[in-house]
Amino acid sequence: MTETRTPTGPADPPAPGTGAGLRARDTRDVTGRRADLGGRGAARRTPVGSRGAPYALVAPFFLFFGAFGVFPLVATAWTSLHRVELTAPAEAEWVGLHNYARLLDDAFFWNALVNTVVIGVLSTVPQLLLALGVAHLLDVRLRGRGLFRVVALAPYATSVAAATLVFALFYGRDNGMANWALGVAGLAPVDWQNGPWASKLAVSSIVVWRWTGYNALIYLAAMQTVPRELYEAAALDGASRWRQFLHVTLPGLRPAILFTALVSTIGATQLFGEPLLFGSGAGASGGADHQFQTLGLYLYEQGWVNLHLGRAAAIAWAMLVVLVVLFGAVQLLRGVLARGERAS
Amino acid sequence: MGDARRPGRAVRGRTAAARGPRTRGAGLVRTERAGWGTYALLAVFTAVSLFPLVWTAVAASRTSTRLAATPPPFRFGRNLPRNLELAWTDARLGEALVNTALVAGAVSAGTVLFSTLAGFAFAKLRFRFRGTLLLLVAGTMLIPPQLGVVPLYLVIARLRWTDELQAVVLPSLVSAFGVFFMLQHLRRALPAEVLEAARMDGAGTLRTVWHVVLPAARPAMAVLGMLSFVAAWNDFFWPVLALTQTGNPTVQVALTGLGRGTVPDQSVVMAGALLGTLPLLVVLALFGRHIVGGVMRGAVKG
Repeated sequence: MTETRTPTGPADPPAPGTGAGLRARDTRDVTGRRADLGGRGAARRTPVGSRGAPYALVAPFFLFFGAFGVFPLVATAWTSLHRVELTAPAEAEWVGLHNYARLLDDAFFWNALVNTVVIGVLSTVPQLLLALGVAHLLDVRLRGRGLFRVVALAPYATSVAAATLVFALFYGRDNGMANWALGVAGLAPVDWQNGPWASKLAVSSIVVWRWTGYNALIYLAAMQTVPRELYEAAALDGASRWRQFLHVTLPGLRPAILFTALVSTIGATQLFGEPLLFGSGAGASGGADHQFQTLGLYLYEQGWVNLHLGRAAAIAWAMLVVLVVLFGAVQLLRGVLARGERAS
Repeated sequence: MGDARRPGRAVRGRTAAARGPRTRGAGLVRTERAGWGTYALLAVFTAVSLFPLVWTAVAASRTSTRLAATPPPFRFGRNLPRNLELAWTDARLGEALVNTALVAGAVSAGTVLFSTLAGFAFAKLRFRFRGTLLLLVAGTMLIPPQLGVVPLYLVIARLRWTDELQAVVLPSLVSAFGVFFMLQHLRRALPAEVLEAARMDGAGTLRTVWHVVLPAARPAMAVLGMLSFVAAWNDFFWPVLALTQTGNPTVQVALTGLGRGTVPDQSVVMAGALLGTLPLLVVLALFGRHIVGGVMRGAVKG
């Protein structure tokens, strides 16, 4: 349940039976004969202990995995079909699809859905573009390279709560730093807490601040795997730095960009802490007018403020559907684009 | 990370080059030198990254009246000790820090242990259902944690664990990322011959793990430990659901209380944010290089 943005391994985990499987096959000795261990299972498949050993090794993980990972997922479906109140968590009354019907009728659900998408776009796109820029800056010979990299992670090490509390002060309407700076520049102050667009921008800026450096490091790692000869060749062909970036760097970053886009999108659909704490005092409603209430916050409000856990479970499923639809749309788009490229 | 001094690269002890297996020996950075424009832009990036943190400290050293005045303060005041003390007691940040240290310590220790054992089995052993199990682990990485919170809360409530720290620790011990992280590392760090040799010597599973696998896994275990510590320290959604400010708050739960106005004084709120963030900044200052390496290795195909 820890924060979602833990860097997930490679974007493409090894397919079963490849890679690792090939490596693990070597139970032979160097000469290629099966090691004859005097009766100790000459035909044994694994280089360690007994046949049960692998299962014993993965058991602790899967034990917790089953109890706290798989079980709740399955049980969410069950809960969403019942009326369960937080006041009496042991009692559940079967209500069928009632929770879902209520959801589709609830203007606040649609509002939260739109807010989630808008804030998601406002935070993900700038975050990844800025990260690309920062990574490109770091990908040259630099003094203090290590220092810049650690600095890039300082916002990531700042918790959602701490960051949001500070930003909420920055964006104060009457004496916040943002409006003071606008005033110095001769511009009118903005109501960052209540403006429908201003508040979404403000919440997005917290996300951008926290994650830009982190994504930049991921891009930087990918940039360093681009063969340097390609740059040299491009330079010999007279390609400008910009063209090199477009035609050498970006193609090499494709997996990393896909990976970060995936993780950021998943993160955006779950946005919770920032909107919860940004509207000081407003709490779970996400602003006086629900103007920055996200789906995650709406789930919390239904379950833990209004005490309807069944409805909260239905919202959780709706969130998964949103993600699946998003990725489906992206896949379709990619298919269309690929066809377009082939046709041209 | 363990500074591998590869030939062909001048090792300046302080660089944290991501040692992805496929980084090419000599050309770790593009050969051109950074111009002043690059430094100027990086200076801006650094300022933007650090300013909110520095200003948290500035705000924590002032009074709430001064924070509510225009222009906002940019220099340190004299109120820091008083505000820290108030945050420590009134907002229960003191207790929360102890709780969070316990939680983050337990979570990172457990995550590292389970991930190493499972990662080793997946990397080096062949067994039935290996592929299926691995796919199961991978699949959970894409599922939002929100999806499980309601039943999880019901379980916790039935066990009477609301407001108990184990409610936050146990669900966090499952880290699919951790398993893949260790799998990738051990696949390279454990040659088949070494395992074979252990078997020749008649070592059983336990002894092999203890004498062969753990030493080989140590550097990656340290990095994974740090990454999980940071993640557990900053974990927000589930702790806010499972714990209350009046029971056994973690730092994030206590800060949520501050954000909702348990303490109206904004300078104390900032002092709380500072207290909650400082320990991790210290960790970052001490082990930043390794954490950077971990983040950079997290995404590059190994």
